[in-house]
Amino acid sequence: MEFSELIRTGRAQAKLLRGPEAPPLRGTLCVTGHHLLLSPGPQATSDLWLLLLRRVDSIEKRVSGDSGTITLRCKDLRVLQLDIEGVEATLDIARSIEALSSLESVITSFPFFYRPKGLRLGDAWHFHPPERYYKRVARETNAWRLSEVNGDFSLCPSYPRAVIVPRAVDDDALARCARFRQGGRFPVLSYHHAPSGTVLLRSSQPLTGPQKRRCAEDEELLRAVLAGARPGARGFVLDTRSAQAAKQARVTGGGTEAKAAYPGWKRLHRPLERGWPLQESFVRLVEACGDLEQSMDRWLSHLEACHWLAHVKEALSTACLAAQGVGREGACVLVHGAEGMDSTLLVTSLAQLILDPSSRTIAGFQELVEREWIQAGHPFQLRCAHSAFSHARPKHEAPTFLLFLDCVWQLGRQFPLSLEFGEGLLLALFEHAYASPFGTFLCSSEKERCLCEVRTRTHSLWSGLNQPKEQRKLRNPLYVPNPLAIWPSVELQTLRLWQGLFLRWIRPPESSEVAWEKVWQIVTDKKTEGCEPTVSASEPQL
Amino acid sequence: MEHIRTPKVENVRLVDRISSKKAALGTLYLTATHVIFVENAPDTRKETWILHSQISTIEKQATTATGSPLLIRCKNFQLLQLIIPQERDCHDVYISLIRLARPVKYEELYCFSFNPKLDKEERERGWMLIDLGEEYKRMGLPNNYWQLSDVNRDYRVCDSYPTELYVPKSATAHIIVGSSKFRSRRRFPALSYYYKDNHASICRSSQPLSGFSARCLEDEQMLQAIRKANPGSDFIYVVDTRPKLNAMANRAAGKGYENEDNYSNIKFQFIGIENIHVMRSSLQKMLEVCELKSPSMSDFLWGLENSGWLRHIKAIMDAGIFIAKAVSEEGASVLVHCSDGWDRTAQACSVAGLLLDPHYRTLRGFMVLIEKDWISFGHKFNHRYGNLDGDPKEISPVIDQFIECVWQLMEQFPCAFEFNERFLIHIQHHIYSCQFGNFLCNSQKERQELKIQERTYSLWAHLWKNRADYMNPLFRADHSQTWGTLCLPSTPFNFMYKFWNGMYNRFEKGLQPRQSVTDYLMAVKEETQQLQEELEALEERLEKIQKVQLNHTKVKSKQSEPSKHSGFSTSDNSTANTPQDYSGNMKSFPSRSPSQGDEDSALILTQDNLKSSDPDLSANSDQESGVEDLSCRSPSGGECVPSEDSGKDRDSDEAVFLTA
Repeated sequence: MEFSELIRTGRAQAKLLRGPEAPPLRGTLCVTGHHLLLSPGPQATSDLWLLLLRRVDSIEKRVSGDSGTITLRCKDLRVLQLDIEGVEATLDIARSIEALSSLESVITSFPFFYRPKGLRLGDAWHFHPPERYYKRVARETNAWRLSEVNGDFSLCPSYPRAVIVPRAVDDDALARCARFRQGGRFPVLSYHHAPSGTVLLRSSQPLTGPQKRRCAEDEELLRAVLAGARPGARGFVLDTRSAQAAKQARVTGGGTEAKAAYPGWKRLHRPLERGWPLQESFVRLVEACGDLEQSMDRWLSHLEACHWLAHVKEALSTACLAAQGVGREGACVLVHGAEGMDSTLLVTSLAQLILDPSSRTIAGFQELVEREWIQAGHPFQLRCAHSAFSHARPKHEAPTFLLFLDCVWQLGRQFPLSLEFGEGLLLALFEHAYASPFGTFLCSSEKERCLCEVRTRTHSLWSGLNQPKEQRKLRNPLYVPNPLAIWPSVELQTLRLWQGLFLRWIRPPESSEVAWEKVWQIVTDKKTEGCEPTVSASEPQL
Repeated sequence: MEHIRTPKVENVRLVDRISSKKAALGTLYLTATHVIFVENAPDTRKETWILHSQISTIEKQATTATGSPLLIRCKNFQLLQLIIPQERDCHDVYISLIRLARPVKYEELYCFSFNPKLDKEERERGWMLIDLGEEYKRMGLPNNYWQLSDVNRDYRVCDSYPTELYVPKSATAHIIVGSSKFRSRRRFPALSYYYKDNHASICRSSQPLSGFSARCLEDEQMLQAIRKANPGSDFIYVVDTRPKLNAMANRAAGKGYENEDNYSNIKFQFIGIENIHVMRSSLQKMLEVCELKSPSMSDFLWGLENSGWLRHIKAIMDAGIFIAKAVSEEGASVLVHCSDGWDRTAQACSVAGLLLDPHYRTLRGFMVLIEKDWISFGHKFNHRYGNLDGDPKEISPVIDQFIECVWQLMEQFPCAFEFNERFLIHIQHHIYSCQFGNFLCNSQKERQELKIQERTYSLWAHLWKNRADYMNPLFRADHSQTWGTLCLPSTPFNFMYKFWNGMYNRFEKGLQPRQSVTDYLMAVKEETQQLQEELEALEERLEKIQKVQLNHTKVKSKQSEPSKHSGFSTSDNSTANTPQDYSGNMKSFPSRSPSQGDEDSALILTQDNLKSSDPDLSANSDQESGVEDLSCRSPSGGECVPSEDSGKDRDSDEAVFLTA
């Protein structure tokens, strides 16, 4: 295997420190193509410790005397320290980890080698395709059809093969629409709200440019959307940029829908942060959480200065606005920003969670993530290449998906009985989005996933998560199906820092685990003593 | 009552602070004890009751075209904004309330007219529910080292102390009296808590009158006696809970703190809890932040930080943690004092007790703790909480801070407390309500003179009777983490301290979690228990029937009966997944209430802090408030998606900014 060239030293004696609570682990450290292993010696082989190298976000080495220390900061925000015997060994191991953790090739990544027991390749890959969602829409309305116009990804490389579009618009018109939208992302159905008969759509920005170009087919498409909805429905275009930014986008060929060209549609601007500022906010929040020496006052100003909670508030507010348009005003809502692959998806997916009870089940939520994030072309490979610790020059990183998970967590805190899944599923999704033995979050689009044969050569995270042994960790024991919309409060007093994620490795988690056990015990009325929830089950078992 | 200028005003509007659009029209009534607002809406007739004693400030604002606004701020953090059509009426209401909210005699307080229809015997039994004598016995006293002293009989030595006090056996009356003369307000060192595992104790007092150089032999002997009462340690800690600067300033006034050179084997420690004035203004600042109209996240966090409130809470917790560690880990006794020893000292001692002793984390034990460290040791309830008209500079949220410390601990240790958040909120409410006699006056002596126990009812009995409402379903008395001393992490965890939304915004229903885990779990628990009992009863019957040797098959069919009618499938014991099946027969478990005609109102279980068990609180409760205009707390800051006819239909982006 070509990895061998990158591995400078096979093994060394080391001591591993995993934070203040866990006891240190001693043994033989070993670097393999995808993992860092620590074997405590022959007497305790079962306690093999294992770290997926892709999980390493940054590495820091220090040598003194005849030993060295490597600090690994992981993408799941864990900080590990390795004390290694031998200066040479330390440097070699550090170099190996550095090289192996930053490999960019998809097809040599671990998911292509990961073959867990009890799972079959190909399982659950056809679990949630758009076709499945279309079946549901078709039961509710006749105004939409499934189009395979993007079957070879030529129209839009970031869309899946099949998309749901107004029945009245034919494939040729779609092709012309695609040319009028950035990246070919023409307006497609995101969610059909049966109670009001209106829809949520998403797209990218129209390429109006400085000349204020128009596109008859695009206008026709949006007209058809209104015609297909309940009679008299109005439309709102929810632009996730400020009016200013939308106007400026014309200079570079983008822009926004002109009022005169789209009768019945009205534009709203709700600027959401994206890209680098969002990443920076994430980095600063993690920094603040890791600083244990600060005074009480500095903690609050740190929290303020990183703006993370403000982003949570903005994202939830905008999603509520979209949901309100669809659910209460009986209007159709088209969401887009510029490329329509980040904040757009954040808004449409959260709006569905608010409105649609079926997306609040475990299966429904997985389907939502698959449909509105993975298949909708959120570039996970780029956005999640690095987490909060990386010193590498950021390129396309942004924690948009994490922001989504945080918003979902806030919803769950306000409606503790209404989500079928608990914090465990959200934490698992966060971990796997950044580094995973499964193929689900690989690549940035369906097209890339097809080229790499991800579906046939890797395992799906969903089949991994849906194994019975994982259920207790993921499930919310308090769940009671709630057929209503869940309107969250977005007031500042109600939004909280997600301690379970940001302080996960800093704060001892026991007391919340004790509480969780008790909740399970009450609802199942069984003694749960001895059934400790396994925390690191996301690591593959070799 | 002579102070009521106008008993009734019609067409008054009650403004909802969160949804500024929707003001409820109704009638305002003034009674001898309450302000009552009754909405006109015929289907609900929602009532809002405010006790006069809860009113903190009344503010008359400039009259506008719509009427005269009147702002009533309550001590339990309710905020009422009324708009009264006629300026004259508004003035009358204002003048009446100013007087009603500030009674001058104890007899004017609500507890002297409140009658829960209990007979004399029940009332007396209520007062006996919490017995401090029993509590000291539970601690293991008296023993070889500690004895009950009668030195303060008839309050001869210290009028703000109780008559029954535990002191070291070796402390003679002469030493105690001598020591008391050297202590501010004669509050000499006395036992607050005895840790029987290692004989360490927590004692409390006021500051010594040491000035720059004064000494007192008896006081030094007193501290020595405390040290000797703990054979396991050769020193005691003296904890001064004030900031060092404050303590030093006191020396100029002939007061101050213990000189380590004069007392043998003491370790002196400052903790740095600020005084009542700082705390009062800190709370004020924090409440101003809560009242901000649509603040940004920065405004909120900055405001919270600038108020310093959480920093003060942390200082109190730090004091408690220091004391608890000294006692449990070092086995050393601790003498705690501040200036007069009735505010910060009470806070520090009771937090330490809560950390050390699981008994205080039970429902009954918590009542005992408040009774012991606050009521009996002369915390000045009347002055601090402004029950009677008095010096506004004496008012300070001292016990509120302690209650918040308990909540912060509950957040950290969700399984360690037998009671829930509602219990804390109701206690806070009644400290101000003056509905029960427990918190009246400034000392035991005053309460005795007023014959409180003969003329009023006890809150503890009331809470105990309704204890089912106050239980924490997650309580695990048996777990290693929740038994014994609560261990907080040694690193300073600032993020552990959170803004207590459930207290300071508790009347803003829109800001509370829409579903209550506590209520849900209690309901499930109760249901499980009911089924268990039913099962047992049936098993008993079954046995009887078998004895009579009835046909076996007939018996079987009976056995399956209960599970059917209670809505469970026989094989399935995952009860929680089907609560809607048993919502009908459960008290206080409103599942998706059909009364909410609005399909979007997802308020399934409104967190009703105000359960029906509480006659006064329930009056405020709007359990029907499930139907809230959701657009009002909509993300867009109170604006809906602009409707077609709203404003000029500009194709511009500015229209959008108007809503933002």
